[in-house]
Amino acid sequence: MKDKNLRFPKIPFRTPGGARVPHRKHTADKQSVIMPTPDEVIIPMSQHIGAPCKVQVAVGDAVCVGTVIGDSDAFVCAPIHSSVSGTVKSITKLTMPSGAVTDAVVIESDGKDTADPDIKPPVVENLQDFLSAVRASGLVGLGGAGFPAHVKLNVPADKEIDTLIINCAECEPYITADNREVIENSWAVMSGVYSVLELLGIDRVIIGIENNKPEAIRILTEIAENEKYDPEDKVRVLPLKASYPQGAEKVLIKACTGREVPTGKLPADAGCIVMNVTSIAFISDYLKTGMPLTKKRITVDGSAIKEPQNVIVPIGTPINKVIEFCGGYKAEPGKILMGGPMMGIALIDDTLPVLKQNNAVLAFDEKEARLSEPTDCIRCGRCVSACPMRLMPTRLCADVKLKDFDAMRKHQIMTCMECGSCAYSCPAHRHIVQTIRLGKSQLRAELAKKKGDK
Amino acid sequence: MSKFFASASPHLRSTASTRKIMLDVVIALVPSCIAAVVYFGWRALMLLGVCVLTCVFTEYICRIVMKREQTIGDLSAVVTGVLLALNLPANLNPLMAVFGSVAAIVVVKQMFGGIGMNFVNPALAARIILTVSFPTAMTTWIPTSLQGVDAVTSATPLASESGAFSYLELFLGNHGGSMGETCALAILLGGIYLVLRKVIVPTIPVVYIGTSAVMALLLGLDPLEQVLSGGIMLGAVFMATDYTTSPITKWGKVIYAIGCGVLTMLIRTYANLPEGVSFSILIMNILTPLIESATAPRAFGEKKERQGAK
Repeated sequence: MKDKNLRFPKIPFRTPGGARVPHRKHTADKQSVIMPTPDEVIIPMSQHIGAPCKVQVAVGDAVCVGTVIGDSDAFVCAPIHSSVSGTVKSITKLTMPSGAVTDAVVIESDGKDTADPDIKPPVVENLQDFLSAVRASGLVGLGGAGFPAHVKLNVPADKEIDTLIINCAECEPYITADNREVIENSWAVMSGVYSVLELLGIDRVIIGIENNKPEAIRILTEIAENEKYDPEDKVRVLPLKASYPQGAEKVLIKACTGREVPTGKLPADAGCIVMNVTSIAFISDYLKTGMPLTKKRITVDGSAIKEPQNVIVPIGTPINKVIEFCGGYKAEPGKILMGGPMMGIALIDDTLPVLKQNNAVLAFDEKEARLSEPTDCIRCGRCVSACPMRLMPTRLCADVKLKDFDAMRKHQIMTCMECGSCAYSCPAHRHIVQTIRLGKSQLRAELAKKKGDK
Repeated sequence: MSKFFASASPHLRSTASTRKIMLDVVIALVPSCIAAVVYFGWRALMLLGVCVLTCVFTEYICRIVMKREQTIGDLSAVVTGVLLALNLPANLNPLMAVFGSVAAIVVVKQMFGGIGMNFVNPALAARIILTVSFPTAMTTWIPTSLQGVDAVTSATPLASESGAFSYLELFLGNHGGSMGETCALAILLGGIYLVLRKVIVPTIPVVYIGTSAVMALLLGLDPLEQVLSGGIMLGAVFMATDYTTSPITKWGKVIYAIGCGVLTMLIRTYANLPEGVSFSILIMNILTPLIESATAPRAFGEKKERQGAK
């Protein structure tokens, strides 16, 4: 049963904690640049949460832009497409930033960027068609998580969804890719919103966006408030306080609806679906053209980058080629990040390819690369007031040190989303996130062992 | 190919550091130190110097003996030294001050593992150790340089008849007492600085002082006089807010500060002691772990959320 009294919040609901991280959105006002097709792309078979794809091509095969090169029968999986036209040069093993080893297809580009002849706009008449189309598009959560979009949109029958939240918070420092998407592709954003709300029968769409993006807010509000496009006033823009981690799914749901996703549950349990703004724009583009996800806009920035900017690159382009395109390094790079500085992963190799869910590549000079050595905790409580999940990070660290699994569970260690607000705020520079992450994996192993014993 | 430095996220840190926090506390204590020197002259300056030097030197030796990394650079020993000095009468024998400083650093702080590990406030514990060891010396107050020179000793407002000092005299600190606790104005300035610099949140000082005033009313005393006399101001702003020995939870701070205020006024009124601030904060320090676990916040999504907002 739908709630007839569903209203839009005038101001965002209060969310706990948060850290005042610097914005450093240097590239916010710069037009994105399209990078020329590289000579070679490396496309890993695992670019999403879920089962890795199986390689669908053989060495020597000719492929076009948009040709399926990886797929699997698993439900939680998204197909992978070639981002260039050319020939499959080899199929290798690649160590991903997370440490997992996966198959990767190396394709030599012929420089022509011929689109696959089979590509045509999908015919969407009902929800089922729509979900199949989204799966075929290869879309995963483009905000960084990489969760297959068709799985997210396929809401179980027993869950009542009344709100679609468009995540345009972009709270990580440096990253402006979503901001540029809104400015350069605003019509696609809004038409994507209208398609999804119609197909899923949703009455309320809230576009959550941090108030440090005034231009994007203005553009979206103009369209959403126009009666011609939104006659029933189902879509509204909600400017949010620019406070990290405003774009974390649970925090965003709380800010937009006042609801808390119960521990261990999904947004659907709070009646919400959250979609990244670039994902929603991509859905609109895909429904029009049928061109699957083969390109991605990424923010290239950091103290070691000569010309920081947003670049639209074919997926699978080696990171060092992208950096070369941005004028190369202006200082000896000490650290390369895939993603933002708060939750991104440090790479040990800059020849790794750009993935679907990447939204930034950051390179820092030697000075910024190294962090201070940790000293003793002075119990100042900054980690506690910074935690958006209302945990007590310093207490969790003590639990992990003692390997006290009961205490870890009691103190809700699994609720930690590793956003880094605690470690950012810590004056003793303690490795809080690292310690909690260790505790979580030890606890998982312990629980698995107990299950096995029974 | 150059090697990249890999580390776990987050890769960005705030500019806060333990040293900067401690430096801010020292800066916040400067007005009180100036007031002490103005009222009590060179002896105050000497005691400040003795306490700070002894604390830092003792910590230095301790870390070497304990074979731990050196920590005097974090300035926490300086804070302990200044706080201890401000809790002493100006005419105390410097050797007694040395004894108190060594006790604070060795017994209270380093034996429990150093910064962040002590279960009671080192300066406060040292004051109590000194009071118990040298009860006469610790409660003999000399007059301020602005009071009459003919007086040999000066009574503190708490030991005098109510109304012996005007509110203004109490606020400015022109009366007998420990070096740093007489001038409420200087303490207030320091407290405001700490709040503005976000070193402390005002919860503990406000609730502590507020509770004391309410208790004074209930006990039939003059609330303003009670709050401005003795160590409540210094205790509430600088001693009770010590990170290590006060709860880190929001509601924990409230309960802790109420406890401090209630105990202070009960000790002042009913116990055979002239002053209750030290003991009440000490007792609440010990209760801090209990208060903290009882006031741990409800984790996000824990239990069923009220179906309020739509």
